[in-house]
Amino acid sequence: MMIPALDRQIYLRTPPPQCAHSMAGLGRGRGRGKGYMSFSIEAVGIGKGENLPPSILQPTPLFPPMEHKPVPLVMGEEAEYMLALKQEFRGNMKTLPFYVRPAVSKKDVERYSDKYQNSEPSDNTIEWNPDWKRLPKELRIRVKKALKENTSLSLDTPVDPKPSKKTRVDKEEIIHKLEVGITLEEEVTSDEEEGEKKKQEEEQQDGEEEYDEKEFEEETDYIMSYFDNGEEFGGDSDDNMDEAIY
Amino acid sequence: MTAQEVRLCGLLLQEHFGEVVERIGTHLLRGGAQNLRTIANETNTPLDLVKKSLCVLVQHGACEFVSGRRGPGSPVEYRASCERVLRVLRYPRYIYTAKTLYGDTGELIVEEVLQRGHMTMSNTVKTVADRLTHNMEEGHSMEYSEVVSAFSKLVETHFLQRCPPVAEIGTAATSITPATPGTPAASASTAPPTAESNPDCYKLPHVTLIGRGKRRRSSDDSEEQRGGKKAKMDSESCGDEGIYWQVNFERFHQHFRDQAIISAVASKLDQMEFVGKSGDSGGGMYVVNLQRALANLARATLESVVQERFGSRSARIFRLLLRKRHLEQKQVEDFAMIPAKEAKDMLYTLLSENLVQLQEIPKTPDHAPSRTFYLYTVNQLPTARLLLQHCYKTVANLIERRLFETKENKRLLEKSQRIEAILASLQASGAEPEQLTEVEEMITAPERQQLEALRHHINKLDSTENQVDETVFLLESYIFSTKTK
Repeated sequence: MMIPALDRQIYLRTPPPQCAHSMAGLGRGRGRGKGYMSFSIEAVGIGKGENLPPSILQPTPLFPPMEHKPVPLVMGEEAEYMLALKQEFRGNMKTLPFYVRPAVSKKDVERYSDKYQNSEPSDNTIEWNPDWKRLPKELRIRVKKALKENTSLSLDTPVDPKPSKKTRVDKEEIIHKLEVGITLEEEVTSDEEEGEKKKQEEEQQDGEEEYDEKEFEEETDYIMSYFDNGEEFGGDSDDNMDEAIY
Repeated sequence: MTAQEVRLCGLLLQEHFGEVVERIGTHLLRGGAQNLRTIANETNTPLDLVKKSLCVLVQHGACEFVSGRRGPGSPVEYRASCERVLRVLRYPRYIYTAKTLYGDTGELIVEEVLQRGHMTMSNTVKTVADRLTHNMEEGHSMEYSEVVSAFSKLVETHFLQRCPPVAEIGTAATSITPATPGTPAASASTAPPTAESNPDCYKLPHVTLIGRGKRRRSSDDSEEQRGGKKAKMDSESCGDEGIYWQVNFERFHQHFRDQAIISAVASKLDQMEFVGKSGDSGGGMYVVNLQRALANLARATLESVVQERFGSRSARIFRLLLRKRHLEQKQVEDFAMIPAKEAKDMLYTLLSENLVQLQEIPKTPDHAPSRTFYLYTVNQLPTARLLLQHCYKTVANLIERRLFETKENKRLLEKSQRIEAILASLQASGAEPEQLTEVEEMITAPERQQLEALRHHINKLDSTENQVDETVFLLESYIFSTKTK
């Protein structure tokens, strides 16, 4: 016997048995009279006059009691190692320049310490050096000055704050003066500040990014480390990553 | 893409690239291809931040750009890839696999390339050598050649591939730099080229990388750099600039799939269905039917889910319907050997969860209910899709819960991190044990307990994400295999 419409997949969403009350309402909506449904309920197994569970008129509970508890997680070396990999990866990504942080505006008043503090990365510079040939020209924005001089992107300490146009020129002047000075003096000089600048300039030449730009910027006699407002108790211990990453 | 997929992608972007990139990425995922101005306007984000975000997304392969579709003058359009963003969930598995196949060196190579999106070979080798050197004993360092060797193996076995060449696009009117003379006009093709379209996709560049990893000191004083004796290993001087490498996810997926099939057969799961005979030469030629294997793995997954959520008797009904396709209420009761009342109850539960469907077969043209067959049925492919969406929702929920837990305990976490930093610096400067204990006691015992519980919860949530991804992989593989016919 040919069964017609075998491939007609009627997606019949049978409401759960609790909603028998509303089902009757459906029938009424179609004008067929009370209690008549589009299919015979005997066929799906509800006997005539059988007691159906009462209809529920509220959303299901948020944490219903579970009849079947879930299987416990797989434990073991492999799972633990993957867990560590995952958390480390996430932690690393937060320190990389790809984690874009919008510049925060100054809180209330301008503070003296702002001159010496690490300021947030600015919006209009990019903290890494992409290959612009692989990107549309419209995306090109200014690369942080520190990175232009270095070609390798290292995982080391994050780059220091933005230079301003005016101080950039000053810095180059200073570097030039220092280069002249260095060729004459090979030993570490007695003046610690000059020594710092020399070391930083050398590091620049070697392609490292661990130098402190702020000292050139503000043309002051004070080195960053002299100003301590007590917020950095313990210093930075970026190299010691024993703490867990969340 | 579905709402659940977009939600999960958003969370992954947020965790790895921050909220700005998340906003831009989600907007692209929901809205399809858009140009720069539209994105900036519709997300209310400053233009520079949008540019930065797009750079990040393109760098990591999550977004592609094409020249405008409305002719040479129209602006560049950006399109994000939901599938690619979802891959971030699987990163730990890729890294771990590289470790099992090619050791620590392979592991670090894959990790670096994943973190950066794409890298040149020379850059990768330098960075990995430095990292390995850092973990070695004093006086030892890692030869570049060893890292090159591991890199080469990864390329030869196609786990790493060259990034696809970038199609030349004409400059839009809003470009900052003027077009160089000789830039070809906007290409007519709308689809960006794939990696595999490049014949040199797996060809190693000719570079000589001689040297060893540098040990990074925690203090600024580093004799190796001060001496200036080390050869300057910029990417320019290595000769492979412009040649970028990315992880070939599909190759890893092949590996996972093979692993899954082998372990399934090892645990005696319907072995004969996987293998078919393709001829008699040489005593018998056998072939593994991958399509069938994946379908079986998916089916086993579905059955397992039903069993764990609804019990073994419901699972029996489910399995029955999978095999027998269409059954009436009465037949289900008989074949499953379950009393009518309970069978009815279980069927309705499965029905309300959409794991089982009801199909009407009218006997007469007037579709009278008393003269119609009502058959229960299970359709494997749509059910697999449904479960896959459940999985995405699950992972998104797990991430949200983890973020919530972290936020709730933010104060305590920050305090603990500060104290650990203090301890570390004290230890480095050689402090007395009494000083150390004094600092340690700054965290009270109940706080310590709270921290321990928090760590335990977060680890559990993280580990669960990894394990749900295994199911995601199986279902995705199965569903994808049915598409390519």
